[in-house]
Order: sequence, then C-alpha cells, then structure tokens
Amino acid sequence: MLVVDLNLCTGCQACVAACFAENNIGVAGEDQVAMGRGRHWIKVERYWRSTEYPDVRAVYLPLPCQQCGNAPCEPVCPVFASVHSKDGLNSQVYNRCIGTRYCAQNCPYKVRVFNYFAPRFDPPLEQQLNPDVTVRSVGIMEKCTFCVQRIRRAREEAKVEGRELVDGEIVPACAQTCPPGAIVFGDGEDPRSQVARLARSERGFRLFESLNTKPPVVYLKKGDTKNG
Amino acid sequence: MADDARSGARGGHDPGSPSPEETARRLEAAGVRTTPAATEAELARLDRALDDQVFRSMSAISLRFVLVVLFLGGVVTLGAFAFGWQIYRGIGVTGLNRPVFWGFYITSFVFWIGISHSGTLVSAILRVLKVEWRRPLTRAAEAMTVFALMIGGLFPIIHLGRNWRFYWMIPIPNDRGLWPNFRSALMWDLLAILTYITASSLFLYFPLVPDLAAARDRSRGIRHKVYAVLSLGWRGTQQQWHRLHLGMRIFTVIVIPIAVSVHSIVSWDFGMTLVEGWRSTIFAPYFVIGAIYSGVAALISVLIVLRKATHLEDYLTVRHIDRMGKVLLAVAVIWFYFFWSGYLTDWYGGNAVARALQDLHTVGAMAPLFWAMIVVNMAVPFLFLWWRRVRTNMAAMLAISLLVNVGMWIERFLIVVTSPMRNSLSFDWGGYRPGWPEIAIVSATFAAFALLYVIFSKLLPLISTWEVKEGWRIDRWQREGVVELETDVPTLSEPGGAR
Repeated sequence: MLVVDLNLCTGCQACVAACFAENNIGVAGEDQVAMGRGRHWIKVERYWRSTEYPDVRAVYLPLPCQQCGNAPCEPVCPVFASVHSKDGLNSQVYNRCIGTRYCAQNCPYKVRVFNYFAPRFDPPLEQQLNPDVTVRSVGIMEKCTFCVQRIRRAREEAKVEGRELVDGEIVPACAQTCPPGAIVFGDGEDPRSQVARLARSERGFRLFESLNTKPPVVYLKKGDTKNG
Repeated sequence: MADDARSGARGGHDPGSPSPEETARRLEAAGVRTTPAATEAELARLDRALDDQVFRSMSAISLRFVLVVLFLGGVVTLGAFAFGWQIYRGIGVTGLNRPVFWGFYITSFVFWIGISHSGTLVSAILRVLKVEWRRPLTRAAEAMTVFALMIGGLFPIIHLGRNWRFYWMIPIPNDRGLWPNFRSALMWDLLAILTYITASSLFLYFPLVPDLAAARDRSRGIRHKVYAVLSLGWRGTQQQWHRLHLGMRIFTVIVIPIAVSVHSIVSWDFGMTLVEGWRSTIFAPYFVIGAIYSGVAALISVLIVLRKATHLEDYLTVRHIDRMGKVLLAVAVIWFYFFWSGYLTDWYGGNAVARALQDLHTVGAMAPLFWAMIVVNMAVPFLFLWWRRVRTNMAAMLAISLLVNVGMWIERFLIVVTSPMRNSLSFDWGGYRPGWPEIAIVSATFAAFALLYVIFSKLLPLISTWEVKEGWRIDRWQREGVVELETDVPTLSEPGGAR
C-alpha cells in the first residue's frame, strides 16, 4: 500500500527524477514531451485552486500507477501482457506486449507509458543504468511497478536471514527521495504498519472510487485553514 | 411478337384483370424489366450481348487502364514505404501520444470495416427478399465487402507497436504454452473479422463459379488453366445448379447475422471500456447502422464509377442508383436518430468529462469537423435525396455518396480519436496531429481499394451473368404465367390467384 499526503507534497518532482534513475526510464526529450510522450511512471499533476494574486494556491497530485485491485487494464490486453501478480501488483510483461495500447486507453488514471521510440541513453547515462531493471524496447507499454525489484530483494534478504519483513524495509525510489516524506510505502494488510495507520486518517481517499478499481494507493486530502 | 408472349399464355385479356399495358406499367414500377425477354431468340440475343460486354471488358487493356494502375500502384507503394519507415524508426513517427493512443489507423479500421458491411449485407438482404433488380449489382457489392475487409483487417496490425509480433494474437499452440486472452474485446474482434472475411469470400465465390466456368470456356492458355481450377469442374448440370441454389439459399441466411455481429463487436472495442465518449450501451446498433450507412454510400460510389468505366450502363442502370438512393436516405435518418439519442443522453447526464467532450466537438478545436459531419451526414442526404431528379443524376449521387463517406470517416475520427482527449484528470487532456506516415498509409488504402476493383474487373466478371440471364427467364415465365414470384408484388398474380 502506498500513502501520499497531499498536505506535505510540495510538487518538487524529486520523486519523478528518482523514478527515472531507478527504473531505467528513457528520457524522451523536450519536443517529445511537448507531444505528450514523456515517459513519466510517476507524474506530479498540478491543479490550481486559485490563480488570483496574491492568493495563488496549487494542489500537487503525485500519480504513480494505482496498481488497481480490480484493474481495467488487465482484461483488455489480448495477449496477457498486463496481468495481476500474486502480491497484488499489475505486472506488465514487456516481452509479451505487442503494443495494442488498449490497456492505456482503458486506464482511468492515464499512468501507462508507451515507448513510441526505442529509449536512448546517451553517454554517460548508460553508466548509471540499474542492473536490476530491464531496458524496454520500442513499441511496448511500461508503467510503475512499485519498484518491484526492491520488493523482491527485501523479501529475499529477509528470507535468507530467516525473519519476517519489517515495516518500512521496502522503500520505492519515489518514497525514498521525497524530501518532506509525503510518500509512504508499506504493508496495508498489517494494521500496525505506518501506511495502515495513515490510511485510516479522516483525510484518506482513493482516486475514482466510483469506478470500483480498488486501488491500494491512498491519498490524504489537502486541508488548509480556508478550505477545510 | 412481344405482345403475343405477354398475353398469349393467359389466353387473352380478361376484363377482371389489369390490361397488358397496365401490367407492363406496374411491372416497370415494380422494377421488373419489361422491354426485353420476349422470345427465345430475343433472350439468346440478350445473352450474347451481355456476355460480349462483360467478358470482352475483361480482356481488353487500354492505355487508360495502364495509367490508372500505375497511379494507384504508386500511391500504394508510397504507403508501403511509409509502413516500412514506421517499423524502422518506431511507431513514434505517428502523431500518437498520451492520452491519444489510437489515431488514424483505428479510425480507418472502423471505417473500412463499416464499408465492408454493406456489400454482403445488401446483397444478402436483397437475395433473401428475392428482389429481382438485385441481379446485376450483387457481384460488385459482394466484392466490395471482401476488398474492404482485406484493407480494414490490416489496420490493427499496422497500428501495433510491435507489428512483427501480431501473430501472438492468433490462438495457435506454441512452445511457451501461451494462449491469447479471450476476455479482451480485441480477440473477439480478430475472430469476428476472420469469420466475416471467410464468409464473405465464400459468398462472393459461390455465385462466381458458373461465371468462372464461362470465362474458362472463353479463354486459352494460362488464363484457361486458372479458370479451370477455380471453376471447380462446373459443367452446368442440373445437380450442380441445384446445389448452387441450395447452398446460396442457406448461406444467404447465415451471412446476415454474421455481418451484424461483426460491427457490433467492433463497437465493443470502444463500448466495453471506461473511456468517456466510448463507454456506451447504444454503440453496437449505432455502429451497425453507421456501417450500413457508409457501406450503402460506398456501394453507390462504386456502382457509378464502375458503370461508367466499364460501359455497363445498360446493366447497372440509373434505376439501381435511384433505389439505392432511397435506401441511403432511410439509413441516414436512422443513423441520425441513433447519433442524436447518444448525444442527448450524454448531454442531459451532465457528466463533466462528457460535457468537456461535447464542448470540444461543438465549439472547441474539433468544431469544424463536427459541424462538417452534421452537414454532410444529415443535412445533405436529407435535403437532396427526397428528389428523384437528384437520385437519377449520376454526378449528384456520386458527390453525395462520397460526401457521406467523408462524413462517416469524420464521425469515426470524432469517436475514436477525440474521446481520449478528455478524461477525468484534466492534467492529462491532450490533442492529436497525424504524422506523415499515417496520412500516407491511409491514402494508400483508398488507392488499394480502387486498385483491387481495377484488377478485379480484368480477372473476373463484374456482373453475375448467369443471375442476370436467370432473371430474364424468370421475368418471361412469370409473364407467361409459368411461375409466380414469391415477392410481394401483388400486380403479378391475378385476383384470387395462387400466392
């Protein structure tokens, strides 16, 4: 489960940068981003509450894949490239994807990213590629994995050491980097975990609950003195 | 002579039944040819004229034909080059982005599947209803379905990010034990289109067999050999005719629900999703009627061009266009009814995204396209097709039918491409501008459609000669009182006569 406190988010985009570095996401370039082809696995969406000077206020909505429990992207894929993992992630099987882009069309959060061109890593960028993560090819869909490589590694280490996972042991790149600590990751099934406690907050909500997508990402509503 | 044949068998004029002149006039109105088909000698002469006309145009190759083939072939080659470029560089050479993941290709896919709809369907419905005037135009209509499907079926493959892996959608056993996902509407689509192209190819082929045999008997050399194989040893025996008629009778009934199901399933690619502007319960019948609409218009365009280009004006007559024009008008009204029902419901519901989408259509960036669609798909047919003078004017009908298809292409564009431009997160709103490969490939498919007809006209009879001849004989026997047609043309039976 991922909890995002909108009160704490400053919209600094550090999570986006961390995600690009951790997950070998190709940089699309300025003109491609202007076309809407940025490969951001996590987007920081900015919505204006007020643009009247001096009372200028914005809300920042960090939006990774919601890893829906009842995911609209999964049934529409004709080749089972978008599948549900045992631990509840929406996995994207890169090798299986043929690029119909149907999953992205049906995603209400628009968090799926398509490789319109093969990703390029100009020197010395190729030196910092993460060996735990595949570099994806042209013509396939990719998306946030909740840093599945970190989840697997932590679990294996715990297993080797013969112990249970500790709350806070798994930290995705976005949560690790977030300066104000607005993003928290943990086991939502464990009622004593930090995420479970945060998610019980009165401010907690999930995006588009009416669609019954059952996302495990809980947002804590932005509250201020004027708008409650 | 002619009068003898008409009245002779009935043993003179009975004051209780209509006069021969009256009968002739009403037959004319009912669409039965009245002038020819009087005697065996005249029938034989008509047969010869038809055969000469149809089979001669298959062998003669004019300079104009070569130029047309070169031009169309050139456009198709450009499209093939664009496709190669897209594979080489990546699908990014298109204008697609996030959130508009589907563009010109899927628009054209829906468009061509729509065009494919009316050929087989019109032919099958006219056959089931035993409408006599269908005879000269069924071949061209059935061919249209096959050609449009061959083209439309390519678009989902062209559209893929990794086109070279398209066969992973085909349910064939493989070493990885992977199976396609039959919960996906795209898989239903694949199966529906494969079913439809199989059925419509057979539907074109069955009635071709006697004509292929006729072509075989008129040709020599390599053509003769090819026709000999294709005509499946047709000798015209009583048993062969019986089987052909029985087969067509069964198949005609089967092919109608197949045709209806195909465009319903195409509509569910959209209707089954969560995308505002797509998610709809009305889409299946709306897409079916839209497909019939664009298909009838395309058939009118094709018939007008074919009759002119191959000098078949005596067989593909102005009356055919006139009648198809009436069909087009009726379908236009039904189409608008469906369009309006969906639009009104969305508007009244007041969903913010649906409203944003309607604003984009009516006053936003897509307004020129939207209003152009309203004008050419509703106003033009509704204002003009009521008048016989318009329906019998070939230039006007060509213009109207082409305009309707321009409008139907726009309609598909508005549904397929503009709907994802607006969604619940306004941060992710977007636009779309096609890349040159998309324009080149879509243009190439229109050229390919024309090219297929041009090639077809040199290889196979454009008119089902045996069916036309059969029609003349039925016409004659009917007037001699030998047979009664089972159509609802009450003037043909005498009062109180067998029905």
